[in-house]
Amino acid sequence: MPRILITGAASAIAQATARLYAKDGASFFLTDLNAQRLGAVAKDLTVRGAKAVHIKALDLNDFQQHEALVAKAKQQLGEIDIALIAHGTLPKQKECEASWTATGRELSTNFLSAASLLTHLANDFAAKKAGTIAVISSVAGERGRQSNYVYGSAKGALTIFTDGLRNRLSKQGVRVLTIKPGFVDTPMTAEFKKGLLWAQPESIARGIYKAIERRQEKIYLPWFWRYIMIVIRNIPERIFKNLQL
Amino acid sequence: MKRYESWGRYPAASPVRVEVLRWVPEILPITDTETVLAYGLGRSQGDSCLNDGGVLLDTSPLNRFIAFDANQGTLTAEAGVTLAQILDLIVPQGWFLPVIPGTKHVTLGGAIANDIHGKNHRTAGSFGNHVREFTLLRSDGKKICSLAQNADLFAATIGGLGLTGLITQATLQLKRVASPWITVNSVPFTTIAEGIALIQAQSAQHEYVVGQFDALPNSRGKGVLMVGDQAPVDSSGQTPKGKAITVPFVAPNWLLNDLDMRAFNWWYNRHQVHLGQRTVHYTPYFFPLDSINYWNRLYGSRGFVQYQPVVPASRAGEVYAKILQLITTARHGSYLASLKLFGDKKSVGMLSWPRPGIVIALDFPFKGEQTLKLLEECDVLVREAGGAVYPAKDTRMSAHSFQAYYPRWQEFSRHIDPRFSSSFWRRVTNKFA
Repeated sequence: MPRILITGAASAIAQATARLYAKDGASFFLTDLNAQRLGAVAKDLTVRGAKAVHIKALDLNDFQQHEALVAKAKQQLGEIDIALIAHGTLPKQKECEASWTATGRELSTNFLSAASLLTHLANDFAAKKAGTIAVISSVAGERGRQSNYVYGSAKGALTIFTDGLRNRLSKQGVRVLTIKPGFVDTPMTAEFKKGLLWAQPESIARGIYKAIERRQEKIYLPWFWRYIMIVIRNIPERIFKNLQL
Repeated sequence: MKRYESWGRYPAASPVRVEVLRWVPEILPITDTETVLAYGLGRSQGDSCLNDGGVLLDTSPLNRFIAFDANQGTLTAEAGVTLAQILDLIVPQGWFLPVIPGTKHVTLGGAIANDIHGKNHRTAGSFGNHVREFTLLRSDGKKICSLAQNADLFAATIGGLGLTGLITQATLQLKRVASPWITVNSVPFTTIAEGIALIQAQSAQHEYVVGQFDALPNSRGKGVLMVGDQAPVDSSGQTPKGKAITVPFVAPNWLLNDLDMRAFNWWYNRHQVHLGQRTVHYTPYFFPLDSINYWNRLYGSRGFVQYQPVVPASRAGEVYAKILQLITTARHGSYLASLKLFGDKKSVGMLSWPRPGIVIALDFPFKGEQTLKLLEECDVLVREAGGAVYPAKDTRMSAHSFQAYYPRWQEFSRHIDPRFSSSFWRRVTNKFA
């Protein structure tokens, strides 16, 4: 029964993924900003079969707390088998363009805080030569575009960071999974009009669960984003720079 | 984009705003000038889940379990949890819902607000009979309701169509079962009168009883009764196939028509009888239509209306034969018609529909004035016989009929939260302000 650390545990994709593991009798260490939300998630997972659920409310932009957080998770779970990095925010691009403070905050939340946590986790997993690190990045990280390049650059950095981790840690038997969802219907994207390309968090969760079981390295969710991104990545710059994407 | 319609897709109604509720402690006080109404999965047929020009509170994200005592069989969950999720959790642990409706895609809140019923009313009563407690969020605060606490509000909210406030969580008493299998058998009947006598006899011997009959023009009510009982452990049977099919778009209006449905009825009745006694998984027995997602789209852009009356047993044969006559005269048939029995178990709610008698449910493709006239004629018969029509299926009953069917409606209305309203309530109380 896996012992799982999840950041952003009250988010839609994280809740849906945790529910799948709860059915397997997993134990959890959950962190998110809001303690009440974590409490509700914990009760739900317990009813669904979780062996144990520990929670800690924390703002992950407080980097000083990361080492202690990982230590606490290890202490309460015994060992961390799977770490799922699922926290993040969707910046208001226009607000960021007008303000470095806003941009800096978003880059911190979406990249730096993850990189800091991953540093501690990677060292821990490398030492015990086991474990799976799963990180939710995004297709937005594949190419910078005018409508969301602050988010895109954070996710792009996160993707490269995890690729590097995978390369470093494969010799220690530690697996690193980079998850790249496309458009997902969650509270984070509540203001967007939804169309055919939009997926539900439950289907993303199933994709993550399967990818971890199958020891995959990178996945696009749903599958068709792999092909959409091949096209996007290969549009010549002189054309791309004039698009309204 | 999620469409906030009702299941019959008629009448059209637009909320001015939809508030999606994700976390119970974060539900904000209502500051809108418009009234509000909770909306779960929209399986109500007509306008009892709609609030035209008002605000809808989407409760579907409130789908978390809170506690489950696997020894006592008590389950507490947020009001947006579905019966499907509940069954997935409890059946492998040897528990079942004591009352199961025809679809599992309804929320806990909706099940309480409509005091839903199943095929076993004689032994189990309706859903409200198994609710121990719920938390109601009103404009004057949070109220915990049970038979012992806020008992008036408890009785008003069960079957109260969401008008007394927002149910945020509820606790149910479940029933023990030996297995997820049901032994079923099919017994044919040739007229509605025969069907009624048969269902009364069979209800005394079997836990679950439901009939399907032909309600197309010129029918005398030929059909088949399907009886079921909880099977003991070690019953073998096929596990149901996982995936449902989906009707991807609204079908053309000519797709379902009298000729097609006559052929379907003929095949269906023969098929059921031919199958004989067998053991099936609970999913296809209780939820035959759930394997076709969005089957309501098969009725086309016109949508469909349902008519579900209960009539005292002594008058049922006569009244339902007359309704079949009206259908023949109007040449306007029902594509699906079912038959059930309600026993003497008293309903908890002030506005609860289940009461002793024989129940039929008719589905009519909506043809405008013709359909409305037919159903008004049916109401005349049902009123005179002392019956009542189910609000969860209704889109057109008059205020006069409603007030006859629900003699406690004024007592009920004292418990309505002033910030809550629905299109249905305004219609049946003639308040169009």
